[in-house]
Amino acid sequence: MGEITLTIEGQEITVDEGMTVLDAAERAGIYIPTLCYHPDLAPYGACRLCIVEIEKMRGLPTACTTPATDGMVVQTKTPQLQEFRRGILELMLSEHPHPCLTCWRRERCGPYDICLRNVDVTQRCVTCPNNGICELQDVVDYIGIDHVDLPYTSRELPIDRENPFFERDYNLCILCGRCVRVCQEVRGVGAIAFTSRGSESLPGTAFGHPLRDSDCKYCGACVDVCPTGALIERHRKYKGIPDSKVATTCHYCGVGCQLELELKDGRIMEVIPLRDNDVNRGQACVKGRFSIAEVVHHPDRLTTPLIKKNGSFEEATWDEALELVASKLSSFNKDEIVVISSAKCTNEDNYVMQKFARAGLGHNNVDHCARL
Amino acid sequence: MAGLVTTLGSGAMTNSIRDISNAACILAIGTNTTEAHPVIALEMKKAVNKGGKLIVANTREIDLVRDATIWLRHRPGTDVTLLMGMARVIVDEGLADTTFVDERCENFEEFKESLKAFDLATVEGITGVPAEKIVEAARTYATNSPAAIFYAMGITQHTHGTDNVIATANLAMLTGNMGKPSAGVNPLRGQNNVQGACDLGALPNVYPGYQAVADSAIKDKFERAWDAFLSDKPGLTVTEMFDGAYEGSIKAMYIMGENPPLSEPNANHAIEALKRLDFLVVQDIFMSETAELADVVLPAASFAEKDGTYTNTERRVQRVRKALEPVGETRPDWLITCQIAQKMGIKGFEFESPSEIMEEIASLTPTYGGITYDRLEQGGLQWPCPTEEHPGTPILHVGIFSRGKGHFVPLEYKPSAELPDEEYPLLLTTGRNLFHWHTGTMTRRVGGLDDLLGEGWVDISPSDAEKLGIAHGDRVRITSRRGSVHARANVTEVSDEGIVYMNMHFAESAVNVLTNPALDPVAKIPEFKVSAVKIAKSDDD
Repeated sequence: MGEITLTIEGQEITVDEGMTVLDAAERAGIYIPTLCYHPDLAPYGACRLCIVEIEKMRGLPTACTTPATDGMVVQTKTPQLQEFRRGILELMLSEHPHPCLTCWRRERCGPYDICLRNVDVTQRCVTCPNNGICELQDVVDYIGIDHVDLPYTSRELPIDRENPFFERDYNLCILCGRCVRVCQEVRGVGAIAFTSRGSESLPGTAFGHPLRDSDCKYCGACVDVCPTGALIERHRKYKGIPDSKVATTCHYCGVGCQLELELKDGRIMEVIPLRDNDVNRGQACVKGRFSIAEVVHHPDRLTTPLIKKNGSFEEATWDEALELVASKLSSFNKDEIVVISSAKCTNEDNYVMQKFARAGLGHNNVDHCARL
Repeated sequence: MAGLVTTLGSGAMTNSIRDISNAACILAIGTNTTEAHPVIALEMKKAVNKGGKLIVANTREIDLVRDATIWLRHRPGTDVTLLMGMARVIVDEGLADTTFVDERCENFEEFKESLKAFDLATVEGITGVPAEKIVEAARTYATNSPAAIFYAMGITQHTHGTDNVIATANLAMLTGNMGKPSAGVNPLRGQNNVQGACDLGALPNVYPGYQAVADSAIKDKFERAWDAFLSDKPGLTVTEMFDGAYEGSIKAMYIMGENPPLSEPNANHAIEALKRLDFLVVQDIFMSETAELADVVLPAASFAEKDGTYTNTERRVQRVRKALEPVGETRPDWLITCQIAQKMGIKGFEFESPSEIMEEIASLTPTYGGITYDRLEQGGLQWPCPTEEHPGTPILHVGIFSRGKGHFVPLEYKPSAELPDEEYPLLLTTGRNLFHWHTGTMTRRVGGLDDLLGEGWVDISPSDAEKLGIAHGDRVRITSRRGSVHARANVTEVSDEGIVYMNMHFAESAVNVLTNPALDPVAKIPEFKVSAVKIAKSDDD
């Protein structure tokens, strides 16, 4: 594949042929606002926010659907473009709560502050679970909008809390279609689609039946791609922004999905599948996406060594337990002891365990449940 | 895995997950991929969307059948016959890759001879798949290159599991689908680190890196490295250990993170064996059914509370990173084992960190020779990775097989050890569900998952249900020669007539009370996928 050179915002960039203008800009570190675009989905060109001006091209093409060509000269932030984008954004905000989005104090407002403009709790960004990680906020910040002239109509829909893992608040939906497309294009499930028409149009299941009766596998891909607070994992609601993030490997099946554990106050707040790898590329399943925090922080976790005395377990110190195990194991003929290692544990755990059997007990009676 | 070692020289997925979506043909046999390996199923669907052909061979109408070009509904336990039938069509119609077979393989004539027994009429009779479908599948697989085979426990958990695996390898070699992208034979491993546990020598016959314990040069190497006297006699498998415990020759057991009463075949026998032990130590994160029977329970740190590595199904070694401090008094598994060893006065367990353990692994395991924690920071590495400069190996057997020449193995049809009869007229097969994992020690504790699937169901076909007077949702008793469990009846056409299906995750409907412990003679895998049962409506609710 050949290389081409184009100019974006006066910056000359060489990229592979076949890339879109948006890809090329991203490569050069130039931000173009988007909402319906997602790197894992086919270009859609629906939100029109990524419009650009390209010399010798008519109109305002969308960067996400326009292939980059050699010698192209692209402008991304002219006053005309920003004016058009503001118009598009206003239409979007006429159906999305926006008092905070257009308020100059947003950055300084906390969730418990009294709003000086007397805005309802349900209309405020600072009380939205997506506050601070919201793509709509990013776009608003870039384009700049201090008022919406169009009348605002709230959809006044109840929040759907019927499934155990995530909540669906379609009052916050901007109809980007990412959830619908990821379910169809990437997951191949198609549990949701756009339902109804015109101003009634919203993502949903067939005939509005519960997700439970649809083909939904609760993989959470829709939650991961949602740019707003419309789809939110229940347990991360109101936890805000994570203190830190740690990349790791999922502990369930043999695929080895790469996950990021988002931590807050010493607990796992949310688990996000990582995109930048050759294994799962942004995807996971219901177990990896939604159940890890509950397993790790489960009250049933064993927390202290236990020794069985007269048929029931009693808590013990590590010293007592290790001493007992060591002396007991030493009391048998080594051939009478066997060791079962684990396909759930790490390579290092397994290495140490088989070394214990071989070097410590002098035999090869070590196995695990590979066959089961 | 033994089957792949015999034919190819290396028992692991030959290709990479990244390749899957570029396959022109995928043969998925004995894998319910959307349930057990959902993220790999996404790649298979991608291949179909790009125009690839998908052949699904499964007795059940699994989700993947929806995306399939051809669905072969063969009877459980007849995989060898089906695959040999396809191989015969490929040879007879001249669709084999003769250049590949001549140049890179051996023993083809003997294999060809064994195909004689698999004429279409015989194959149709044994498998129940119409002859024309077998021909269509064979042509599709042979003429759409690259073609990849995927299988999971549906192939291995049989008394002839090794033969099944060999049959897949034979087919791939016959069509030259080896050593190139998007092809190969790809076993999908069930647990997060089953590949790693095997790689690191948690097996009775090999040291880390599949170095045979019976090889005296290897033994010498490890004796020098570990400063210990080692045995060259292969040890006992899990199933043999339980037999030993039952009979009294084994008196003490140290179990780390496994729950054999639910995962062993003939679970009642396994529980009794554990009870007969003089001393049982169990190390786990939860009080499992196994831990309940222990004399000492040692609390382990979870994967989020320790550093380490897992090796995934495509041989990729990836980092596990400590995100949290261990809860309560828990400690990482490696540390607990080291501390026991030290208390027993055994040398060589003074490790301070997992990365130090990896250094020792790399120094003794040629396939892991180039793996260090520093390199893993840049992303996972696929073994073989012998040196620090080696980039890892995404595709095995390129240019040459691990064992030199690909070895064709002649096969014959062997019926499953226990087939339905008058007393036990239904064939029980088992598997996994998306919402739970293995024995459910972890996932059964997750409210949301238990809410979505909270009890064991038995899938039964509408015609069988009608015959037995069972309605959907009825509580039924399933009985085999080994035991009896309760479950709720799921009357569904997903199950073929005469075949019932259960998940393995539910202790209260523990399917392995029913399954047959008969073993594959080579791989020592129990026959979970075929046993004979009877079902009756149950009154005690």
